[in-house]
Amino acid sequence: MQLFMQQLVNGLALGSIYALIALGYTMVYGTIRLINFAHGDIFMMGAFLGYFLIAELEMNLFVAMAIVMVSSAILGMVIERIAYKPLRNSTRVAALITAIGVSYFLQNIMIYFLGPEVQAFPSPIETQVFNVFGIIINTKQILVFVVTILMMLILQLIVNRTKMGTAMRAVASDSEAAQLMGINVNTIISFTFALGSSLAGAAGVLYGIYYNSIAPTMGTAPGLKAFIASVVGGIGSIPGAMVGGYLIGLLETIVTFMGGSMYKDAVVYILLIVILLVLPQGLFGKNTREKV
Amino acid sequence: MQRFHTRNYAWTALILLAFLAIYAMVETGIINPFYKITLVTIMLNIIYAVGLNLILGVAGQFSLGHAGFIAIGAYSAAIVTTRYGVAGLPGLLLGMLVGVIISTIVALLVGIPTLRLKGDYLAIATLGVSEIIRVLINNLRDLTNGPAGISGIPIVTDWWLVFIFLALTTILVLNYVYSSQGRATTAINQNEIAAEAMGVNVTKYKVTAFVLGAITASIGGSLQATYLGIVTPNDYTFNRSIDVLIIVVFGGIGSFTGTFVAATILGILNLVLQDYGQLRMVLYAIALILIMIFRPGGLLGDYEFKFGSMVKQWFNKDKKEGAAS
Repeated sequence: MQLFMQQLVNGLALGSIYALIALGYTMVYGTIRLINFAHGDIFMMGAFLGYFLIAELEMNLFVAMAIVMVSSAILGMVIERIAYKPLRNSTRVAALITAIGVSYFLQNIMIYFLGPEVQAFPSPIETQVFNVFGIIINTKQILVFVVTILMMLILQLIVNRTKMGTAMRAVASDSEAAQLMGINVNTIISFTFALGSSLAGAAGVLYGIYYNSIAPTMGTAPGLKAFIASVVGGIGSIPGAMVGGYLIGLLETIVTFMGGSMYKDAVVYILLIVILLVLPQGLFGKNTREKV
Repeated sequence: MQRFHTRNYAWTALILLAFLAIYAMVETGIINPFYKITLVTIMLNIIYAVGLNLILGVAGQFSLGHAGFIAIGAYSAAIVTTRYGVAGLPGLLLGMLVGVIISTIVALLVGIPTLRLKGDYLAIATLGVSEIIRVLINNLRDLTNGPAGISGIPIVTDWWLVFIFLALTTILVLNYVYSSQGRATTAINQNEIAAEAMGVNVTKYKVTAFVLGAITASIGGSLQATYLGIVTPNDYTFNRSIDVLIIVVFGGIGSFTGTFVAATILGILNLVLQDYGQLRMVLYAIALILIMIFRPGGLLGDYEFKFGSMVKQWFNKDKKEGAAS
């Protein structure tokens, strides 16, 4: 039981990272119905920028994280402006291919300049270990968990309480009607990308701190997992993305704990398929009927 | 019923001509062994992409799991020829058959439930299935030799065999597309709800297109395995599915002529960029983004090169002129 609880703690830390990335996926899909495959690479770019700020410029962790979030937001907006905006009225597959192109571009430009090797991420905080009722929790896990929860709360506030958030939800439910009501859809889409990308950048830094290693190809696997998390949670739903992220993080650590580390990816995908079959709209999704 | 249309003769002649042209080029050494790899890669990519185009362009369904079906075909051929020692062409054909059967079953298992739903569900489910297939290949060590893959597969496939299967699969797919079932599938793509209201069994045609696409992918996979002589799970990642998807979209979704053109262009582009190392992928990515921005409908849009009809028209014109004079 104690070991199980221990895995729960590990799973929560991993799930936090998935949840943060999943939020960006779900928001972007909710507004423009695009599976943004470059999202995992924004996560990677965030990790590398964090590495540069913390290791080379010896910046304070929280200052570095703030800078990473702002730059990731800008990167996300630039990508949206250059690559996705011209395609807003063409087929969704074309937009998807562009997203894949952006993902390839970010990944390979990093490999071109920095090499494909895994780099060691510095430890900006002292690793202290606490023993709570026999469960070992280290400061990194607490940091990851607390920062994630804080960001999610802020995001919830932005989405539910601010004018921009209301406009975002309006665009997500019907962009044409929103436009008729005087909402500038382009601004809102940019804002959505900025929010999602800043969370992905923060997740990148947290991932670096938690695993101590980063690589140009690190975005792909967590990106896919986060995407699955947002589907499981109900794509377009913010609480769904959080729950999905934690669910997948926990599932992965539990499967590893039970000795099935080889099959941990397969289990995640099986969960995805089961969810699609049983609850096609996801755990928190809305069931919408299509109109003629 | 007239079975022997001028159209069919014209196409057969074109296929034979293309075969002879490549044959001549290979024999005279214009296509040296180095270029031959590119040639075979292009042809294999066309086989994969034609199947995906049926799913994506004709049925309008989004599959991100093509690599999974290619892997099934490749591993079936590899296992049948190495583990069970059925050598030569019979081994390839048997492996191909096994691959086709497994692919059909998997495609039905994934397709029937997910294709009942509307939206991107097939994309997500196929992505999951192809990753599950890869995890299984990685872990069923007794059968698949795990991450190291299977090497030493007897090489039976040469470019001409790939060419024959390319012609066969393309004929199969195109005949389906222009059959009444194919037209029903196109109708679903254009407006699913309207098609359903007209009494088209939406799920049935979507599933049929998906299964056919999976079968052609699997056939291509078997050929690839027996051409290269080695299969590893890393050849069939998500990126492999994306490569095929790129060919389909690049050529123009729904245009089979476009698929041929795009596979050829991308194959040659890959060959040319080979000297640039890592920069190759960067340039490739930039090219991809630019093409999508400036030609979002793909190179050829929905243009179709209808050689048969062209020849037929040409003949008819001759006849009319002959009758007039």
